Amino acid sequence: MLGTYFTFPELLLWLPLVAGILAFFLKNARAVKTWSLIFALIVVAVSAIGFCYADFAKYPSYNQVSYYWLKHIGNSFHLKLDKTGHLMSLLTSLGFLFIFIYSWKDDKKRPNFFYGMMLLAQAGIMGVFSAVDALAFYFFWELALIPVYFLCSTYGGEKRIKATFKFFVYTFAGSLLMLAGILYIYYHTPGRGFDDGTQALHSFALKAFEATNLSSAEQGCLFWLFFVAFAIKMPIFPFHTWQPDTYDQSDTSVTMVLSALMVKMGLFGVIRWVLPILPEASAAYADIAISLCVIGIVYASLIALRQDNLKKLLAYSSIAHIGLIAAALFAANELSTKGAIIQMFNHGINIIGLWIIVGIIEKKTGTKKISELGGLATKAPALTIFMIIIGMANIALPLTNAFIGEFMMFGGLFQYSKIFTVFAILGIILAAAYTLNMIRNVFYGEVKPSLSGVTDIALHEKFVLGIIVVIIFCLGVYPQPLLDFITNAPVTP
Amino acid sequence: MNAILFTAIWGVIMMFAGAFMKSKTTPKYMAVIGIALAFALNALELYTGSPLIDIDSQNMLRTSNFNLTFIAVAFGSTALLFLLNGRDFERIGQHVSEYFALIFFILCGVAIVATFNTLLLLFLGIEIITIPLYILASSDKRNLKSNEAGLKYFLMGAFSTGIMLMGIAFIYGGNSAASFSLSQINIGAEGLNLYLTIGMVLLMVSMAFKVSAVPFHFWTPDVYDGSPTVITSFMATIVKIAGFFGFLRLFENAFGNVHSEWQVLIVVMVIATLFIGNITAVFQQSVKRMLAYSSIAQAGFMLIALLSMNDTSREGLILYSAGYSIATIGLFSIIIRMNDLTIDDFNGMVKQQPLLAVCGAIFLLSLTGIPLTVGFLAKFWMLASIVETGKHFWVVIVAVMFAAVSAYYYFRVLQAMFFKPVNAEETVYRVSGTYKILLVFAAALIIILGIYPYVLIDWLYR
Repeated sequence: MLGTYFTFPELLLWLPLVAGILAFFLKNARAVKTWSLIFALIVVAVSAIGFCYADFAKYPSYNQVSYYWLKHIGNSFHLKLDKTGHLMSLLTSLGFLFIFIYSWKDDKKRPNFFYGMMLLAQAGIMGVFSAVDALAFYFFWELALIPVYFLCSTYGGEKRIKATFKFFVYTFAGSLLMLAGILYIYYHTPGRGFDDGTQALHSFALKAFEATNLSSAEQGCLFWLFFVAFAIKMPIFPFHTWQPDTYDQSDTSVTMVLSALMVKMGLFGVIRWVLPILPEASAAYADIAISLCVIGIVYASLIALRQDNLKKLLAYSSIAHIGLIAAALFAANELSTKGAIIQMFNHGINIIGLWIIVGIIEKKTGTKKISELGGLATKAPALTIFMIIIGMANIALPLTNAFIGEFMMFGGLFQYSKIFTVFAILGIILAAAYTLNMIRNVFYGEVKPSLSGVTDIALHEKFVLGIIVVIIFCLGVYPQPLLDFITNAPVTP
Repeated sequence: MNAILFTAIWGVIMMFAGAFMKSKTTPKYMAVIGIALAFALNALELYTGSPLIDIDSQNMLRTSNFNLTFIAVAFGSTALLFLLNGRDFERIGQHVSEYFALIFFILCGVAIVATFNTLLLLFLGIEIITIPLYILASSDKRNLKSNEAGLKYFLMGAFSTGIMLMGIAFIYGGNSAASFSLSQINIGAEGLNLYLTIGMVLLMVSMAFKVSAVPFHFWTPDVYDGSPTVITSFMATIVKIAGFFGFLRLFENAFGNVHSEWQVLIVVMVIATLFIGNITAVFQQSVKRMLAYSSIAQAGFMLIALLSMNDTSREGLILYSAGYSIATIGLFSIIIRMNDLTIDDFNGMVKQQPLLAVCGAIFLLSLTGIPLTVGFLAKFWMLASIVETGKHFWVVIVAVMFAAVSAYYYFRVLQAMFFKPVNAEETVYRVSGTYKILLVFAAALIIILGIYPYVLIDWLYR
């Protein structure tokens, strides 16, 4: 049945899309929440089952599907999940499940709009992870942005409209540069024939893109066109200036989508659309790209150290962590790439956990300033325990899930260059400093008088944080399944 | 051929009907019927390949699928305009029937510009388009701004007409075949001679006037701003795309084989138009004025058709014409439904008129060039056509950067509609059920063409 009637990439795309469109028509808040939660669960189930059938060599018909679409210009609607794609889809589906559980008790105005847009964003992100035709990829890349733009501008702080708009213009400009790059490569591809006899002069297929013979000068220009698009999304220094404001101003649920999932679109883009298509340029410019990443790691960590705003602290911490993953990807040896892919998953889980805790603190105390917080441990012990565990994972302590990925990435980076590794490791030390500092200031010390009314977290919050902690420990103590999963075919279909 | 004859006849009918009919609403229905018939007759010619009445035009007119498809797009857009805003013609003044009659004459001119094969008919077509427009621009007689618009348009139009005639004269003089026909302009082996060069540049200048390409755009904002909004939406779309189509056909057929010699002028014009149009649009407060400048910016993209001049750019121009017209007509129709026109007056529209806001958002997204709308594919086709030529790749980069700038001013309207609270003085909207259905239809067209553009492009290769 599977493979004949439907495939994993299709299910992962259409389920949230249809659910999202229908969610707009559910006016009742309770109903729309239940509806989204059910679909989030179904999508998690599908991606978990898909995870078991991820081996493309064994189950090709389960993992790819192709429709005719704009075939005269050599494009098709071709979706295909490789192992990295499966891992990212699993992260996406889990992420949205966590977000929906977390926001279960939230009182949002126009809940149907919120959940509808959320599910549409999920569909867009899933599309990015599975499209293997450049034009289709570009479609999803932009379409994932639009619902998030609406969400960020509708919910959040006072300056949200301005902050979100900056974010939108940055990413839009970046993706348009990528479009120029895609067009250039497209006109250097060989022709493409379709089963129905249509012959196109050029092709948008990933395979054809990989097979192009571009001179190193051409590759150099194209590399930067793609790099800017993906670097803005991640974000890598110096393209990060939109990020702290946007994370700070948006609603926490939406920030989770941005920082845990959309960031991965940029990294995934590098894995699928830069390294295999422009190998010469990627190698030639790896030094510059990694330098930027490493500068970002140190710079963002230092700012995080001095940050009084909890949300901005997380934002800068995220820049540092993503910088490390990107540096490992550009180092492009086996160890670093595998580490990066594993860390992409684990970073997503951990950062969602951190955002949930920050969101809870902001909801309970009404402030996100560290200087106005203190002694929360006596008021909310459960929250504190969760925070410490997830905080440890953020520092990549052994026995937490982030350790193995970061260890592998440093190993790979060390093979590439020792100097970069030294500076990147500074980031970890600084991460320990700012995370522990934040935990101390927020949870310990004297209870501020304004916080006397704070209570501990509710059941659904305990539940979602509990799942995250279980994942952190399981993958921290026994990461072998994940390693095995990645080992066989780490990069690109 | 069908289109030229029918629109001319229907224009005359409408003009006389005005004298006999006292009702103010009948002309609207007549106009809708007329444009539907014109569209159908044109589609018939496209389908069968021959006109109903075969007049020997002595090779002065030439029809092809490309021309007829373009006429279909222009007439289709006009039909959409009539359906959405038919009633607003009644608000301009007393002579409703005459307004429609003038528009049918303009459509006749559009059809001529789409099919001309000699310089004389190009001149005739352009004049048939512009002279009724002078009247329409100033049709709101008691409004000073409308008078100003009419006068300004007339002066500028007369100026550019003079330049065009001079250009035609030079070309006639420099052409050893002594002919006005496009296909008989002799360009010797040594390239353009002096007279031909002067004539060609003059023609380019006058056509740039008509499509409001920088640096010949100065009339546009004032004329678009001053004219009654229905007329503006007609001018900014159908008339403008007709100008482009004429521009492309003229230079492709007459000077196509010396493309490389005048290409650089077009490159300069594309960059300048994108730059001035986008940068000035950013600073506008009035939405109507912003759309005027944005129409200049969009002209920059349409000019790319002349820069690359290949099959892809021809398809692109058709797609761009359709996408740009539908979205602009839709947006203008929303503006007409409101009384005030600054961006702040759009605040909180989604709470008062959710359907209008969603459709407006689709039009704005299409103008910005977001995927899933025809605006994206149109821009995509245009950019692809440049890359296909293998030269001027840097123009692509510049163009996409200005497309990102355009997001700035389009999204300001979007932000006002969706994210700002409703003003203390609520904006009053005049909307009917039929209007809403038609607006949804227009928005659906944008999406359908944005997913599958071959609905339209296939007409070229029938």
